[in-house]
Amino acid sequence: MKSTPDDQLSVPPDGRPYHDQPQWRNDFPIDWPQDELVARRDFTKFLVLTSFAFAVGQLWIVFENFFRKRKGQLPVMRIARADAIPVGGSLVFDYPAKHDICILVRTGPQHYVAFNQKCTHLSCAVVPQVAQKRFFCPCHNGAFDLESGIPIAGPPRRPLERILLEIRDGDLYATGREVRA
Amino acid sequence: MRRPFSRQQKMTIVFGILSIVVMIVVLQLWLLTATMNAFLAGQERVIVPAAIASIICFALNAGLLSYIYRMEHR
Repeated sequence: MKSTPDDQLSVPPDGRPYHDQPQWRNDFPIDWPQDELVARRDFTKFLVLTSFAFAVGQLWIVFENFFRKRKGQLPVMRIARADAIPVGGSLVFDYPAKHDICILVRTGPQHYVAFNQKCTHLSCAVVPQVAQKRFFCPCHNGAFDLESGIPIAGPPRRPLERILLEIRDGDLYATGREVRA
Repeated sequence: MRRPFSRQQKMTIVFGILSIVVMIVVLQLWLLTATMNAFLAGQERVIVPAAIASIICFALNAGLLSYIYRMEHR
């Protein structure tokens, strides 16, 4: 770095000007005003790296979205016999992949609902409370409507991911899922 | 030939650039959280425009930082 006489308050030990000094001496200056300048510059550099990380995060979302779309149609998967679940009862199953835990609830004699069990706040598992007509998240006291999966209390803002169901020959099938805003 | 900036002038410029960079980074943070929320809710329309906007913000920041280094070596 070039230095003018009014810039320079101290002289390096070997007496040569700052622009002839090694890089480390310019990065760790002795003079307070120069130190302040270097500190602000390095803070700006850190913020630009943060900005880079945010841009990478945005691109990661683009890629995730691309791969989500490529997966296409979800499989049709048998869950259980429809009459094996009592009214007010529930069943946990995996859909569409092995570790995507979902929960099925029989809310009436001919009425079933199924949702992804992950709370849309911080992914804790929700539990059905049929008497109160809600899914309850014990982590932060969040609650979702039992029929629609819409958040009704606590921190969650997005509804639960609904699993589409069909009854074929007395068997319950998961046929897809509905991600909602 | 242009006179090099004095240290006082450099400090003023660096502070100005730092303020702009802080604002852009806060904007990017908001953009990232809003896009993630939209992605998780299945709204795909905003994802690519938001990514382009974020890359433009980063390019702007990188340009401002490179100006600081060029100014110091002037």
